[in-house]
Amino acid sequence: MKLTLHIWRQKNTEDRGRFATFELEDVSTHMSFLEMLDVLNHELIEKGDEPVAFEHDCREGICGACGFVINGVPHGHMKGNTVCQLHMRHFSDGDEITLEPWRAKAFPITKDLVVDRTSFDRILQAGGYVSVRTGSAPDANAIPVTTDTLEHAMDFAECIGCGACVASCPNGAAMLFVGAKISHLALLPQGQPEKARRALKMVEAMEREAFGACTNFTSCEATCPKEISISGIARMNKDFRRAVLAGAAAPHGKQR
Amino acid sequence: MKLDARIPSGPLAEKWQGLLNEIKLVSPANKRKHTVIVVGTGLAGGAAAASLGELGYKVKAFCYQDSARRAHSISAQGGINAAKNYQNDGDSVYRLFYDTIKGGDYRAREANVYRLAEVSNEIIDQCVAQGVPFAREYGGYLANRSFGGAQVSRTFYARGQTGQQLLLGAVSALNAQVAAGTVDLNIRTEMLDLVVVDGHARGIITRDMVTGEVECHVADAVLLCTGGYSNVYFLSTNAKGCNVTAIWRAYKKGAGFAGPCFTQIHPTCIPQAGDYQSKLTLMSESLRNDGRVWVPKAEGETRAPSDIPEAERDYYLERIYPSFGNLVPRDVASRNAKNVCDEGRGVGSSKRGVYLDFADAIERLGEDVIRARYGNLFDMYQMITDEDPYKVPMRIYPAPHYTMGGLWVDYYLMSTIPGLFVLGEANFSDHGANRLGASALMQGLADGYFVIPNTLGEYLARVKLDEVSPEQKEFTEARNEIQDRTKKLLAINGTRTVDSIHRELGMLMLDECGMSRNEKGLTEAISKIRSLREQFWTDIRVPGSDGEFNQELEKAGRVADLFELAELMCMDAIQRNESCGGHFREEYRTEEGEALRDDENFTNVTVWEYTGADSAPVAHTEDLNFEFVELTQRSYK
Repeated sequence: MKLTLHIWRQKNTEDRGRFATFELEDVSTHMSFLEMLDVLNHELIEKGDEPVAFEHDCREGICGACGFVINGVPHGHMKGNTVCQLHMRHFSDGDEITLEPWRAKAFPITKDLVVDRTSFDRILQAGGYVSVRTGSAPDANAIPVTTDTLEHAMDFAECIGCGACVASCPNGAAMLFVGAKISHLALLPQGQPEKARRALKMVEAMEREAFGACTNFTSCEATCPKEISISGIARMNKDFRRAVLAGAAAPHGKQR
Repeated sequence: MKLDARIPSGPLAEKWQGLLNEIKLVSPANKRKHTVIVVGTGLAGGAAAASLGELGYKVKAFCYQDSARRAHSISAQGGINAAKNYQNDGDSVYRLFYDTIKGGDYRAREANVYRLAEVSNEIIDQCVAQGVPFAREYGGYLANRSFGGAQVSRTFYARGQTGQQLLLGAVSALNAQVAAGTVDLNIRTEMLDLVVVDGHARGIITRDMVTGEVECHVADAVLLCTGGYSNVYFLSTNAKGCNVTAIWRAYKKGAGFAGPCFTQIHPTCIPQAGDYQSKLTLMSESLRNDGRVWVPKAEGETRAPSDIPEAERDYYLERIYPSFGNLVPRDVASRNAKNVCDEGRGVGSSKRGVYLDFADAIERLGEDVIRARYGNLFDMYQMITDEDPYKVPMRIYPAPHYTMGGLWVDYYLMSTIPGLFVLGEANFSDHGANRLGASALMQGLADGYFVIPNTLGEYLARVKLDEVSPEQKEFTEARNEIQDRTKKLLAINGTRTVDSIHRELGMLMLDECGMSRNEKGLTEAISKIRSLREQFWTDIRVPGSDGEFNQELEKAGRVADLFELAELMCMDAIQRNESCGGHFREEYRTEEGEALRDDENFTNVTVWEYTGADSAPVAHTEDLNFEFVELTQRSYK
């Protein structure tokens, strides 16, 4: 099939950026979306032009590297999908497709469709872990965990950190991402000792970045490739509120 | 090249503890004076950097991805082995050790593999404490599944994304150390050379992938945890960015490269669909627990699978290997798939595929049970192929997946360059000529959490290192060389894309140095690789400049190294006149067509020494002394 692609081109973070239009012929329906871009880049390089920069690595939907906005929707219109798993059979001959990077203040554009998501890692570094020194763990079966609890935690642990939630949110909020990590650990017995501190630290770190606040649009849940539930946001708010009221931050200063 | 494995004396089961009892230690006050570089943030690198940071070392960690969490370990699906014996099915440390040694076709070092089995249980404990949500049974205790090459159920798993959960655990530990200030984490930074001063590894040269800046980093020890080189085949299950550059540059600086021809072609991947294909997707081996592999009995069969009656199907693994059936090790399963396709009995449009059929399992257990076990894998399969595996059998075909070969290391995980340690898939140490499923995650974490925190201290406590500066000539020369090479790549300005020529290299390697090899084909492959390499250096086009985010430039540098590696792989495959594990030489097989080892001449590891661009590398051998295990012809019948 034949496609017309409108792709955001931006040389670096300082550049203003603009759309460029490309025509692509003979696109196979079995191709993945990224393979379609590989073909485009191959043609561009052979013509002596600059290829389109886009992030990708595993191409199996698990590393979370890939992602851009396709016709206004992060990762495209298929539900529960990353761009690398989107196939061209879901498009039709003659389609016009617009590709843009994640648009969010907290994700500066590095080049073309590539953005800087280090703000996510700074939030995780603030408290997204269980502090357990290597070698100090008890036997893995020491604490039973019911399958329901386990599966619920796993539903949140599946987050791949791609940033689609932020890109889809009109406020550019990161709360689905943060709520997922907080919920994953807060649901498990191993996450209990640091539960309050974790919620405080992560929410504060999130607020230091240029993310917006949640106003319940729920577009994050709708576009999340792992279909993570916004109930994680509710849990984050609850844990944070409790931590503040209980003065959990006390030994580390008076943040609140 | 001196190859002293430094295996501790004593009975097998006491070697590791004996070493820990006597090993030299670095005092807490002195640890913070040592800078340690860790390259790669997968399971091995992430676990090592976190654990060394906890101990108080000054760690500088590097990854090429935009976040440590995206290292390729994240893609591992099936699980991680441990000898917990939670199933009461007779498992033990010895049995895990034995299965791993046997699975590797007796081409790994006994002591290393025993240690791996020994620390496997601690890994599970550590991961659970970090919040890794391993699958559990209704009573709340941990569940296990079976994997190829074992007759016990010892694999721990987290749905079909065990690697993801283990990596998120390791990276969360790493993040805690970044917050504590012990680890300086450098993302989007690619190691382009190793710096050796007075015979010791003292630093690395990196390129900042956003600004293009080439930088020198000084340290007292360097740990390479940079994974494998399956991307030499272009189409593989590895992430697109996986590459050999870090260990290849170390090889060129004097580190021995062991068993480069030992590669694993994984039996259960989705077959290639077209010429544009960019990578192959693995379907976890755990599927072979419930799926039955078959092809039509007749050549050139055109009917749909559902129209082929039972009597006209050949469940060839069950037929040939009645005791292991569909759960034979990976090398055996792959080779047999290739054989039936070579016979003209392959399925799918390319005829390079076999069926993996769940109809019996669904009838026996119900669709819900199968969905609970493999739901995400079935979804992924349907997404890619547009076929519903609950109704139509999956089509699978082998794909390059893992490389057992890698830099040679001793029992302390130190390479032939003092101060250069190699962990995880990047080293050669534990899987011999074939890796069993669910062992890669185990090895990466064993090396990172439990081995290197102990063995690194031994080196640092013993060695006397002078101060070095990034301004001294070893560093500046290496930096200049890197900058010159980059300029050279950009100046070629030919007609071909890097991918197009990489694809050609990959097809050649898969044909001649893949599942089946012979001397003639390998010899011809070497000359073809050379002429292709010549084309690469004269006809590729790398657009853009050095001082910017330039993905084509990154690719070109990596592929240039893969070309050199490809030649060494073929040389290694030619000299190993036997068939073992994933290395199947057509000249050496039993009457039944199975791999025929030559234990008299090849119970050893071949270690290659680089001698310069214009001279052939020299092969050395480390003899493998099996003190505790009796070598048998591997049989899964």
